[in-house]
Amino acid sequence: MTSTDGSGATALLRAHALHKSFGRTEALRGASVEVAAGEVVALTGPSGSGKSTLLLCLAGVLRPEAGSVAYDGSRLDDLPEATRTRLRRREFGLVLQFGQLVPELSAVQNVMVPLLLERHGRAAARTAALAWLDRLGAAGLADALPGDLSGGESQRVAMARALVTGPSVVFADEPTGSLDRVSGEDVMEVLVSTAQSTGAAVVLVTHDNRVAAYADREVVLRDGAVDDPAVVR
Amino acid sequence: MSTAHVLLGVLAGGPAHGYDLKREHDARLPGAKPLAYGQVYATLARLERDGQVEVAATEGGSGPERTVYAISEVGEEVLLDWLATPEQPGPYAAEELVRKTVTALRLHRDARPFLAAQRALHLERMRALVAEQRAAPDVEARIALDHTIVHLDADLRWLDDAAARVADEGNALR
Ligand SMILES: Nc1ncnc2c1ncn2[C@@H]1O[C@H](COP(=O)(O)OP(=O)(O)OP(=O)(O)O)[C@@H](O)[C@H]1O
Ligand SMILES: [Mg+2]
Repeated sequence: MTSTDGSGATALLRAHALHKSFGRTEALRGASVEVAAGEVVALTGPSGSGKSTLLLCLAGVLRPEAGSVAYDGSRLDDLPEATRTRLRRREFGLVLQFGQLVPELSAVQNVMVPLLLERHGRAAARTAALAWLDRLGAAGLADALPGDLSGGESQRVAMARALVTGPSVVFADEPTGSLDRVSGEDVMEVLVSTAQSTGAAVVLVTHDNRVAAYADREVVLRDGAVDDPAVVR
Repeated sequence: MSTAHVLLGVLAGGPAHGYDLKREHDARLPGAKPLAYGQVYATLARLERDGQVEVAATEGGSGPERTVYAISEVGEEVLLDWLATPEQPGPYAAEELVRKTVTALRLHRDARPFLAAQRALHLERMRALVAEQRAAPDVEARIALDHTIVHLDADLRWLDDAAARVADEGNALR
């Protein structure tokens, strides 16, 4: 169990030389990235450079064709589907650009879903969900349906859903992408300060430099790999 | 001073008259203020004094307008050093970024390492400003910081666009 990359630091999440294709499109071509516990990392780069694909591989949603993803020392890409899903539910939270809430469920019911999947009782799940909505400044939205929420409100609910299980890593793909700058700032403030207080790491994809500036570190992707301008074209 | 560097960049492509230098400078930087001849000759005189350019030829008679200038070895070193060094992000750095990138590309140099290093420095500054803004005591302070942040963001976006255009060009040439 020694690290082969010589970095020495113990990364919580480590992707190494990932390759992922969709048909003939090579979305990832050797991308590597490491995330330490509690660290906030921004994935940036031009459209189509593979940011979302890398995020989904890191989150164990997509399986790369080559390369490895290790979480807390064990290979994620090798796990059987069911085990991987369980680990993902317990350890990871996912926030996407448009919130991706279940439209038929109220805000609080949406936040309860991950807990119910983990076989928590309804009453306990509801109490926890309400507490998270409150913490994210969305207590008043508990009974609203997603269709009646603004972009920023949806994102708060989606974040409550991502955080309710106490994940070690929160993945966010353009969490402010559909918001104006000041609303985006609110969402980032809530995300980063909550992660800070729970000790969760955050991996976020963004096109917005101000959002990237909330991260401790930036990883720039280009053509499916981490941009290395030292490589002569 | 950066006008001097742009002129050195032109001379790195071959010896030239002051007149050519002015014309080429203005053509390279269409968004910038055109150079005055007086400024060109004053800059050349200073560069000559500092050993960064040399007189390559004089054409009948004297006077700077009849002189052909060439870049010296010292001048080349100064130029390459300038091209490789990212600027301190700030309200006055923007034009210098354009000068540097255009000069590098005109010399068929890879501008991407510079653009990447500059982006990293700008984002570091952005990080500091955002942290300052998050800690700002009141809305007035946040509004004041917004102004700096938005301008820095404009530079960052220009850096990204430049990198994308350079990459496109590279792909087209492959
Ligand atoms: N499910 C998919 N099916 C087919 N092609 C895909 C799929 N997902 C991604 N791709 C392709 O893979 C490449 C990388 O896509 P990806 O979404 O990771 O880029 P991105 O950096 O997130 O871009 P953007 O900034 O536009 O969101 C693109 O060419 C994209 O078209
Ligand atoms: Mg994407």
